[in-house]
Amino acid sequence: MGFLDKEFNDGNIVITTAEDIMNWARLSSLWQVSFGLACCAIEMMATSASHYDFDRFGVIPRPSPRQADIIIISGTVTLKMATRIKRLYEQMPEPKYIISMGSCANCGGPYWEHGYHVLKGIDRVIPVDVYVPGCPPRPEALLEGLLKLQEKIRNESMIKKSA
Amino acid sequence: MKKAEEIFQLLKDNFPDQNLELKTDQPTEPVILIAPDEIEKISLFLYKNTELLFDSLVLLSGVDEVKANLISVYYHIESTSLKHKIVLKVSTDRNNPEVVSVTSVWKGADWHEREAYDMFGIKFTNHPDLRRILMPYDWEAGYPLRKDYENPEFYQGMKVPY
Repeated sequence: MGFLDKEFNDGNIVITTAEDIMNWARLSSLWQVSFGLACCAIEMMATSASHYDFDRFGVIPRPSPRQADIIIISGTVTLKMATRIKRLYEQMPEPKYIISMGSCANCGGPYWEHGYHVLKGIDRVIPVDVYVPGCPPRPEALLEGLLKLQEKIRNESMIKKSA
Repeated sequence: MKKAEEIFQLLKDNFPDQNLELKTDQPTEPVILIAPDEIEKISLFLYKNTELLFDSLVLLSGVDEVKANLISVYYHIESTSLKHKIVLKVSTDRNNPEVVSVTSVWKGADWHEREAYDMFGIKFTNHPDLRRILMPYDWEAGYPLRKDYENPEFYQGMKVPY
């Protein structure tokens, strides 16, 4: 954000572009669907708890997809669950973002060959913004994934569709 | 506490017309082989008999014995008061596996039998609610733990293989 403090220091005015303020608002309060799948969800909960404190980046769990901005796919996605995840995703309002957390959600993980019940990557069902590798990823890795997502949102354009 | 041989002898004395067999050469625990239609009757006896009191079904699992063209069900049972345990085995035809349910004896068999049905396609007659338990209800590709199982290419438009 750029602001000219010399000229407007009495009126307490900040000058920015509409795009920047929108992006800043969006990336600073990413409410996540409170939704966990497998062991990655334990790490996700640890990230939310006081030691790693997801809340300092504006991420709080929201127990309704209709009022959430991001969904963290934290764990093994079975074919049975994939249909439900798709439905959750479709219930979320735009703009919506997805973090795929851990090897299972990224590509099937250890179930890649003999897992008859596992979807080999959540990106076969819904579009993923950030992939966080690890099995499971440490909370630091998830935090970095979130920072990457914030970076992506910061560079979004209101007129151009982001890639 | 009774040994496997004593338990087997008790069964033989009470079911003289049954074709029972005790196998002690197993690397694990001794196994008693039972016919698939008689398992419920014999289970009830094992449960009720005051010298046996098998009140706990520890585990029920299916096994696909593809070379013998059989599908088997193993019942690991234990008496929590008398502290003895035994394994029962039932073998049935692989093309049409049917076993009588033991849910009337041990209530906990319900979900175990549903899992065996889900994974091996074993039909448990007299089961109160025989549906798939882990796989989706509309799964049509067969029973995943059978040795000749092949995963489908797609499920509800989602690609299944890697």
